Amino acid sequence: MRTSRPARIGQYTALLAYLVFLAFPFLWLLSTAFKPPRELGSLHPTWIPKDPTLNNFRQAFEEQPLLHAALNSLLAALGAAVIAVLIATPMAYVVARRRTRLAKAVTGWVVVSQAFPFVLLIIPLFLVLKNLGLINSVPGLVLVYVVWALPFALWMLAGYVRAVPPELEEAAAVDGAGRVRTLVSVTAPLLAPGIVATALFAFITAWNEFFFALVLLKTPEKQTLPVVLTHFIGAEGVADLGPLAAAAFLATLPSLVVFALIQRRITGGMLTGAVKS
Amino acid sequence: MTSVTEASPPSPPVKRAGRGPGRDRPRKALDHGAWFLVLPALIPILVLSVGPLLYGILLAFTDAQSGRTEPTRWIGALNFRDLLHDTLFWESFRIGLVWAVGVTVPQFLLALGLALLLNQDLRLRWPARALAIIPWAMPEVVVGIMWRLVYNPDAGILNETLRDIGLGGGRDWLSGLATALPAVIVVGVWAGMPQTTVALLAGLQNTPRELHEAAAVDGAGAWRRFRTVTWPALRPIALAITALNLIWNFNSFALVYVLTNGGPGGRTRLPMLFAYEEAFRYGQFGYAAAMGCVLVTVISIVLAVFLAGRLRGGDDA
Repeated sequence: MRTSRPARIGQYTALLAYLVFLAFPFLWLLSTAFKPPRELGSLHPTWIPKDPTLNNFRQAFEEQPLLHAALNSLLAALGAAVIAVLIATPMAYVVARRRTRLAKAVTGWVVVSQAFPFVLLIIPLFLVLKNLGLINSVPGLVLVYVVWALPFALWMLAGYVRAVPPELEEAAAVDGAGRVRTLVSVTAPLLAPGIVATALFAFITAWNEFFFALVLLKTPEKQTLPVVLTHFIGAEGVADLGPLAAAAFLATLPSLVVFALIQRRITGGMLTGAVKS
Repeated sequence: MTSVTEASPPSPPVKRAGRGPGRDRPRKALDHGAWFLVLPALIPILVLSVGPLLYGILLAFTDAQSGRTEPTRWIGALNFRDLLHDTLFWESFRIGLVWAVGVTVPQFLLALGLALLLNQDLRLRWPARALAIIPWAMPEVVVGIMWRLVYNPDAGILNETLRDIGLGGGRDWLSGLATALPAVIVVGVWAGMPQTTVALLAGLQNTPRELHEAAAVDGAGAWRRFRTVTWPALRPIALAITALNLIWNFNSFALVYVLTNGGPGGRTRLPMLFAYEEAFRYGQFGYAAAMGCVLVTVISIVLAVFLAGRLRGGDDA
């Protein structure tokens, strides 16, 4: 379609404004992370550090147990992603292929679980996990993250299952393949990319999660990265800006990388899930 | 794969047979297996999600407290009666509503604008799409920290920019009684915009281009084309995403916890922050659970209203 020249100029101006709005806080985080204390204390801060330094990164690791926290985060996120996908895939298959009451109940639960204030869930969960001796433990957190990741994992996976034509499975059955054989050698390979995307998405959400981790993890050596990051902000809200920025930037890198890899699949998966059901 | 194609000629009669009286045979077979496929997910859902929720509702009718030695007692609706008179709770409820609407509406309008732009053939589309991902992929805690750096009264870029263009500066945005809530709302808009944009963009890409072109040929201007072609196609997705955004925002926690922790003087104390403090700082589990119940009820009403609107929209289409 043809667009007039003034309209084009308007469009580019608007787009540029969006770019600035989206980018500037992130650029400021980067800039702060590389500034020496002298520049951080300056009343006239600049965009580009005059004296860039890596000291903030070193200091961040010295001030807080960042490596340990990253390891906890990694364990919690990996555990949650792998378990959630393993148990959600078979169920998503049933939900997608069969229009049963169960399928309807699951869809309803997915919608409702999106709307739930976690506070009503966390108090009883806290008591249950306490009785199981799983408070202040990464495995306890993994349990919570698995359940928390299940709704959208089911949602995304069911969408991917629907994208596999049932005719392929029927054809394999006609050829004499058993149901297990059909699932393993026909359906699973076609689902694999969707399963990986779902697992990665579950990984990012668990890596980024804060509320459950804040409530369930009490001692610094058990805490995940987002919780440890808040320790940089002192009780009075006074923070050591440089190390804070450095640590915050580092904590974002893994999810940025993973997200860049799977971004298209996530949106595709969520939307097929949303549109088809 | 070859066997699949070879099998396809005889498959129509087989499929027809499958739709006839014999159709429940494969279904039954799946039903038996289905339980084994469903149980691994169903058990954790029941034990760690549905069960605790019911337990949570029960707790709302007790005087449960953390670290108390006496047994928990059933106190009926007492928590709810107290809640009714708890002005701090209703104040946080009001703040939650202001915040949810204050974030959701501008977020939707900005996201719609960006989605419309990204749907055009513009050169800068790629960097814009890539950038739009950043807020989405970031941990909320980091978003909060990042904006604290932006808002910082001395070393922040916002005040420096305001000084540069002669609008004063030196303001402590997050600590000012009047500025804290608006400042936090801006962050909420920034953080949630990408997700809304991507959803709307997908909706736009589903609207047929030919309709646009036909409308343009008929002499419809940009606004008319938007009203008559784009919006009707976008409406279901727009309603769904708005309902979800309202609820997500009303329930949000991490962002504001990091930015202001509910301050100054409770001006940004969202309902979730209030309930968190009640439960895990003061140990009032029963009372906080009652709050949770009230919040759930309100959210369910919002959800019901929107779903009703969505269904009505479906009838029009």
